[in-house]
Amino acid sequence: MELIQQLINGVSLGSIYALIALGYTMVYGIVKLINFAHGDVFMVGSFVGFYSITVLDLSFVPALLISMTVCALFGVLIERIAYKPLRNATRIAALITAIGVSLLIEYGFIYVRGAQPEAYPNDVLPTDKFDIFGVSINSQSILIFGVAVVLMIILQIIVHKTKIGKAMRAVSFDADAAKLMGINVNNTISATFAIGSALAGAAGVIFGIYYIKIEPLMGVLPGLKAFVAAVLGGIGIIPGAMVGGLLLGVIEALVSAAGYSLWRDAVAFVVLILILIFMPQGLFGKNKKEKV
Amino acid sequence: MKKKKLAGAFLSLSLAAGMLAGCSGSGSSDKSSGDGDTIKIGVNLELSGGVASYGQSIAEGLELATEEINKEGIDGKKIKLIKVDNKSEASEATSGAIKLTSQDQVAAIVGAATSTNSIAQVQIAQDNKVPVISPSGTSPEITFSKDKLNDYIFRTSFIDPFQGTVAANFASKEIKAKSAAIYIDSASDYSKGLAAAFKEQFEKNGGKIVAEEAYIAKDTDFRSTLTRLKSAKPDFIFLPGYYEEAGLIVKQARETGLDVPFMGGDGWDSPKLVEIAGAKALNNTFITNHYSSGDPDEKIQNFVSAFKAKYKDKSPDAFNALGYDTGYFLADAIKRAGSADSTKIKEALEKTKNLELVTGTFTLDEKHNPIKSATILEFKEGKQVFNTKINP
Repeated sequence: MELIQQLINGVSLGSIYALIALGYTMVYGIVKLINFAHGDVFMVGSFVGFYSITVLDLSFVPALLISMTVCALFGVLIERIAYKPLRNATRIAALITAIGVSLLIEYGFIYVRGAQPEAYPNDVLPTDKFDIFGVSINSQSILIFGVAVVLMIILQIIVHKTKIGKAMRAVSFDADAAKLMGINVNNTISATFAIGSALAGAAGVIFGIYYIKIEPLMGVLPGLKAFVAAVLGGIGIIPGAMVGGLLLGVIEALVSAAGYSLWRDAVAFVVLILILIFMPQGLFGKNKKEKV
Repeated sequence: MKKKKLAGAFLSLSLAAGMLAGCSGSGSSDKSSGDGDTIKIGVNLELSGGVASYGQSIAEGLELATEEINKEGIDGKKIKLIKVDNKSEASEATSGAIKLTSQDQVAAIVGAATSTNSIAQVQIAQDNKVPVISPSGTSPEITFSKDKLNDYIFRTSFIDPFQGTVAANFASKEIKAKSAAIYIDSASDYSKGLAAAFKEQFEKNGGKIVAEEAYIAKDTDFRSTLTRLKSAKPDFIFLPGYYEEAGLIVKQARETGLDVPFMGGDGWDSPKLVEIAGAKALNNTFITNHYSSGDPDEKIQNFVSAFKAKYKDKSPDAFNALGYDTGYFLADAIKRAGSADSTKIKEALEKTKNLELVTGTFTLDEKHNPIKSATILEFKEGKQVFNTKINP
């Protein structure tokens, strides 16, 4: 019974990682850029949700939508200001810029509002507890998992069934060829950032409701964990991010369950290193041969 | 080319100016702390950052005390507080202490709120011979480390082993717990100190420690460890951490169905704890603390009403009380020293005896720790309720 309880603990933690990882994976899939500022967009989303609920007195759904919209705009802004001018620069330059943007957001935010934590109100969503054969499931865990799955399905539909999704796939395949075919590459990339950031915003609000405490540096560790999750599933692959996130959550829960809670974060990064050594394309990745 | 030269000239000029300013600053230094009728007191507190709520509360209490003391003054002199914000980080606490001793030439320093940040100031205070009073640093290491007394360091609060011992006695005698689990913050000396004392006393009382777990500060998900703790079936859980994590742990414990009493130390004392955990989850939890605003003692009630008058009817918490007491603790020593000289203040502080303050009657022991009573509070629907007072 305890093991099942731990698996449930792991899945709800993993759902948050999965939601953040979806954004990482999308951006990487299109522009081959690891957007390290993604975890901070998640943090901003969490605060936007917090202020929507406490200051504007809104309920869960409007707060979620506002947060997703603000984060989408914020993501596009970051892309236009920081990454677009470096589109043709080396990959390492873009990567270092991403780290810089991340630190800028974190400490800019602390400069504006201070580093003190905030607590989400406890009654945004009901917390019903279901006891099934001695295993207790929180209604919020089910909600988190549900939202993560629904958003992933919507994302799959956008990427595979819509015109902008087709453009995204074309740009990810070959940006220059896509441009020659009349696809507006810049707008496509902006759309990618908008969608990815909106997902981070949603994750932020859900995180706040589930874990109550939010603070300006809250995006750092979940951001890195989500990156591990994305790599684990195969970076650039949407279902891979989902599976990677859930798997990482479960691994962490099991490590704690075995009595090694202090090793939890370390194990997550050991997983990253092992994956990069033995399966660099990730669980869902295909081994692509490059033409020379 | 021209531009570059100009910039270079500007740079060297500004460098030279900086050096000159530095020279004149240190040139005019003399050992007198404060000029004429002011006594300069440094305040090195957590005004922002992770435990900002402690620092701000102490500052409020200290300001109230200073205001009251300055009505008459000490031998005609008024106290002037010079504040630095250590951002809840040890390195910032160290540089704050350097600034206060070398640049501002203060007579004494009040701060910091946490043990770690107080320890960060020890060496500077010892080297400069400036007394430091930590209002709420409870680690024994602050005043006495490596078998050596840090003779310029004092504190207003009691020490960790005392809180842990009181908690263990409360668990075995009042709660009648036979078994207990300990859940500590592995990165905090404070948490470890309380836990060690608790374990020793609880086992001495005939109880059994059935599980020991640890977390790292800033963690947010404790469900896996709590599930593990639940299966160990303890009667009582001792959780000596700070309010951010303690709040989350209690909330998640109740969600996991872990309904046993929890107990913590003064690190839980913050309004944020109730916001994070929720009032209902906190029922059946206890803390050891320095004082309770619900204590009927006259001295305490006078302080409560003075505090409410100054801060918009806010009820003072323990950190407010400790900040307030630190002000009077220091003022009493300055009065007895008859001067604002750092070394004389230090000698007077050491001789403090039977000083009646809000958090108890102070007598300093040879390790610079005040001997005074501890209060046990219980959370009832999010409110701290005075449970009992325990003398050393």
